[in-house]
Amino acid sequence: LDIRNTVGNIPMEWYKDFPHIGYNLDGKKIYKPIRNKDELDDFLDKMENPEYWRTVHDKQTGSDVVLSDDQVELVNRLQRGQFGDVNFNECEPMVEFFSSDVMIHPVTNRPADKRSFIPSLTEKEKVSKLVHAIKMGWIKPRRVEDDGRGRYYNLWASEDSSILARHKMHLPAPKIPLPGHHESYNPPPEYLFTDEERALWEQQDPADRKLPFVPRKYSSLRQVPAFSQFIHERFERCLDLYLCPRQRKMRVNVNPEDLIPQLPKPKDLQPFPTTRSLVYRGHSGLVRSISVSPSGQWLASGSDDGSVRFWEVCSSRCMKTVQVGGAVKSVAWNPNPSVCLLAVALDSVVLILSPSLADKQVILSSERLLSAQQEGEEPAEGNGSVVWSEAEGEELNQGLRLKIQHPKAVHQVVWHAKGDYLASVMPDNTSHLQVYIHQLSRRRSQNPFSRNKGLVQCISFHPIRPYFFVATQRSIRIYNLVKQEMTKKLQTNSKWISSMAVHPGGDHVICGSYDCKLSWFDLDLSTKPYKMLRHHKKAVRGVAYHRLYPLFASASDDGSVIVCHGTVYNDLLQNPLIVPVKVLRGHVMTHDLGVLDVTFHPTQPWVFSSGADATICLFT
Amino acid sequence: MGGLQKKKFERGSATNYITRNRARKKLQLSLPDFRRLCILKGIYPHEPKHKKKVNKGSTAPRTFYLLKDIRFLLHEPIVGKFREYKIFVRKLKKAYGKTEWSAVERLRENKPTYKLDHIIKERYPTFIDALRDIDDALCMCFLFSTFARTGKCHVQTIQLCRRLTVEWMNYVIASRSLRKVFLSIKGIYYQAEVMGQLITWVVPYQFSHDHPVDVDYRVMATFTELYTTLLGFVSFRLYSSLNLVYPPKLDSNGESEPKEESEDDYAMNSESYLEKLSALSASLARVVSSADEEEAQLDQFPSEGEDMEKMEAREKELKQQEAQKKLFEGLKFYLNREVPRESLAFVIRCFGGQVSWDKSVCIGSTYDVTDETITHQIIDRPSVGKQYINRYYIQPQWLYDCVNAKILLPVEDYFLGVTLPPHLSPFVEEKEGDYVPPEKLKMMALQRGEKPGNEQEEDEEEEEEEGEQEEEEEQEEDDNGDEEDDEEEVAEEKNLKKMEEQRSQGKSLHVKVTPGKLKVENKARLEQEEKAEEKRLAIMMMKKKEKYLYDKIMFGKKRKVREVRTLPLR
Repeated sequence: LDIRNTVGNIPMEWYKDFPHIGYNLDGKKIYKPIRNKDELDDFLDKMENPEYWRTVHDKQTGSDVVLSDDQVELVNRLQRGQFGDVNFNECEPMVEFFSSDVMIHPVTNRPADKRSFIPSLTEKEKVSKLVHAIKMGWIKPRRVEDDGRGRYYNLWASEDSSILARHKMHLPAPKIPLPGHHESYNPPPEYLFTDEERALWEQQDPADRKLPFVPRKYSSLRQVPAFSQFIHERFERCLDLYLCPRQRKMRVNVNPEDLIPQLPKPKDLQPFPTTRSLVYRGHSGLVRSISVSPSGQWLASGSDDGSVRFWEVCSSRCMKTVQVGGAVKSVAWNPNPSVCLLAVALDSVVLILSPSLADKQVILSSERLLSAQQEGEEPAEGNGSVVWSEAEGEELNQGLRLKIQHPKAVHQVVWHAKGDYLASVMPDNTSHLQVYIHQLSRRRSQNPFSRNKGLVQCISFHPIRPYFFVATQRSIRIYNLVKQEMTKKLQTNSKWISSMAVHPGGDHVICGSYDCKLSWFDLDLSTKPYKMLRHHKKAVRGVAYHRLYPLFASASDDGSVIVCHGTVYNDLLQNPLIVPVKVLRGHVMTHDLGVLDVTFHPTQPWVFSSGADATICLFT
Repeated sequence: MGGLQKKKFERGSATNYITRNRARKKLQLSLPDFRRLCILKGIYPHEPKHKKKVNKGSTAPRTFYLLKDIRFLLHEPIVGKFREYKIFVRKLKKAYGKTEWSAVERLRENKPTYKLDHIIKERYPTFIDALRDIDDALCMCFLFSTFARTGKCHVQTIQLCRRLTVEWMNYVIASRSLRKVFLSIKGIYYQAEVMGQLITWVVPYQFSHDHPVDVDYRVMATFTELYTTLLGFVSFRLYSSLNLVYPPKLDSNGESEPKEESEDDYAMNSESYLEKLSALSASLARVVSSADEEEAQLDQFPSEGEDMEKMEAREKELKQQEAQKKLFEGLKFYLNREVPRESLAFVIRCFGGQVSWDKSVCIGSTYDVTDETITHQIIDRPSVGKQYINRYYIQPQWLYDCVNAKILLPVEDYFLGVTLPPHLSPFVEEKEGDYVPPEKLKMMALQRGEKPGNEQEEDEEEEEEEGEQEEEEEQEEDDNGDEEDDEEEVAEEKNLKKMEEQRSQGKSLHVKVTPGKLKVENKARLEQEEKAEEKRLAIMMMKKKEKYLYDKIMFGKKRKVREVRTLPLR
């Protein structure tokens, strides 16, 4: 304790500005020593004074103190971490006061605390908390360690019928299919993939693949590696087990033979054409249209090479060729047996030909029919667009008699059953002038429709009654010519009608379409098709009914003519019986076109077909 | 009209189904818990007949459960356990957050657990039901037992799976019920017949797995939880049916005592017992030590005609089975270290053979290489240093093929370094018209007891068959396209055409009269053609729907025929 200065333990810089540095015990000021030592003096002192190293500056008094030898020794000891007292022995033996030996006298004489006699409050709090927690069921007694897993017993010792009842509806999961030879590590060589199969496998979507892995062959068991998809497959199985809906599916084993309908044998439905017996050659372009004379002796054909040829049916001889100067679209023989006339449609003209291939009587009567109204000729009122004109000169010699000039290209020409009227089609989407009905005897033309109802594809007269059939792109309209109104509209369910034929009885219509279908309408039954026949692989080009036999035929671009038996019953309750009886092939495919037109012989069960290969075939 | 207006979707099928989300809400479970519950209870979704009706007019893809099923789940005690576990996790988190370690410890000790016994009993009311569904359980346990003991799932699960699979294999050995084995590229398939049920399982090859990332191991673990319980109970029952001690104990007075001295080299004491069991080389202890089981003799019932035949067939089959069970009896095998030890030991022991291996490979080897009584040494390397004269050195495939053929096949094809014959799947049963690989025909001939010398005949027969098939095929083709004409006709046609051309060109013809040829009409053929045409025409008249079905069936048939024809041509 230093009591030379009484200011206490304060920072001495508080006295910096004063001449004194504190006060002594008597209250007198202790003055700072008069110091005028600068750095130089200090240095000199350091160099010269041998006591410099043991001189210490005393902050309290501001004076320098020279340490004595004892003091230096003390400093050194403290610096070395030794006790200041030289005589202190730090390794004295320990005296055990708090030992297991009970002593007579206490070590300390302090009386015991009061808290050692009374119960602890904090402990009481803790215990009461635990008690409360146990009471409330928050803390449970330590569970006895029992390993529930791996302890098994006879679970099925007693059968429980209550569970069985519920279990009846249970569907066990199907088992995984067993592996085949493909999966072997060393399969027979035929089960390995070829290069193409492997390429295909790699290209395919994993869902489409037939096998989920590539068969591999290893020469020994040692070389078989781990299957990388193993865990995946097990996982997939797990997913299937808990995510897939299960259903009992009754697998019906259908015998494919049972699906085939039982039809009367074609043998029992004879007669029908079966073989190609004659080929009529001579045209150089595709033969668009053919027509047989009502007597069945002559066949007329119109071709893209600009000619109309007349053939004798039995001998396949070309009797006559008429060059008409344009691709012939349609030919139609007058159905009246007492006249011999042929209507030909090409470009925008309809020609009436008199081929003079008949008795003199018939030829005369047909000439008479043509010249009947010659003198009283007058242009039909309002139909200025249709011009009738007589053929002259060379054309007359060829057999040309009349020219009916139309405003647009004519597509089809048909006769009425009586042979006096004929109708022509000029397909045009935009106008109502699509159909003309011409009367030959009066040389009159009229347009029966005042409104455009769609692109007209083909037309036909009813064989007995005054009805008129008009096929537009998708439907067939039937008009009553006497009452001048529409009686029916048939929906064909096909995209684009190509051809149409009316049953000689008049109650049934067939119609072929470019989308390979043939629809049979029973007019008494419904306006929807009674039957759709999808026999052909390509567009149907032509359809025809036989006049006498219950036969109809369809010609298609796939080069075949299919003849079907179609009996029609007078009984209204019985539906027509339709049985395909023969597929006839005889035409060669040319420019993706096959058979273009088909027609039946009027009396015999023969069918003619004209094809894109410039030939006409007769099937008998 | 009076009466209340009926509301939509308040009756009929809409009320029988419930969507997954609504079911989950009804059970007050999270999606993973719901999934686990469905897996454990075997509840799966149902596909309603009219999805739109059930979905209340919407066509959104939804999963539907039967409302009955969900109601059934409501009473499940496991649901309560799931909730308890959820609470436990929450408490534990809280205790961790507050660093109350004593609370953490206490909670840990009281972690809620559940048992699946009642679920097993409920899902499989009879033992046979359980046995029928054990395929998946076995596959899963065998897979899990090969997992490394780090990561993916709990070590206890892996150990339990290992224990159960070893128990199963020991049972199959003890009951000699293994029937077929197949080495595939995926793993080894085994098929056993246990109590009349065919049980198939697959064991992966012994490699470490590289675990795929797109697999949800939680789902797999839940399934394994169920399967281990199921397999344990089934094992217990099976062991007790054979009078074996469960859990299995090694027979102390068996004839083939594993060597005791080197026990400590392999494993710790606690593990060595399972290891010894899994060595599969020793027989198991029985509750009642009965020396021989009396063979169940099939009683003769007086019967007639067909029954008689059936009985005879059955008897024959039984005899064959008995013979198969004793296939390797009396043979002594030694496994080289490169062959899959566990699989081979399992197969050999299943058919009564004795087996051993090098004592450094695994615990439980019973004799050394130097044993003179060894008859076959299984080896899978191109050559071997020292060979003993009185034993066959054979590749492992021989064993598997023998098992599948049910006879001891000639060893020559399987010698050391020989190119192995193909390994066929024993699970394929060829029907009529299917392709049968020639190796199988050979094997069947061997089974019938024929010598391999008269294979030639067989081949000829086969060829004949093929010829017939081809003919049939030709006819088929005839049916399809009828462009076929007799060649003669074609020639004639050509001739005619030529003549016509010449005529049309105005050339003079070389008119020549040749004697007419008599055309021989094949009546049978004509008739056939007529029939075929009739059929074709009838097919044309088919309705659209039926035609579609017919085409599909015919397509499948034709493809099959084509495959059968093309396979042997490779």
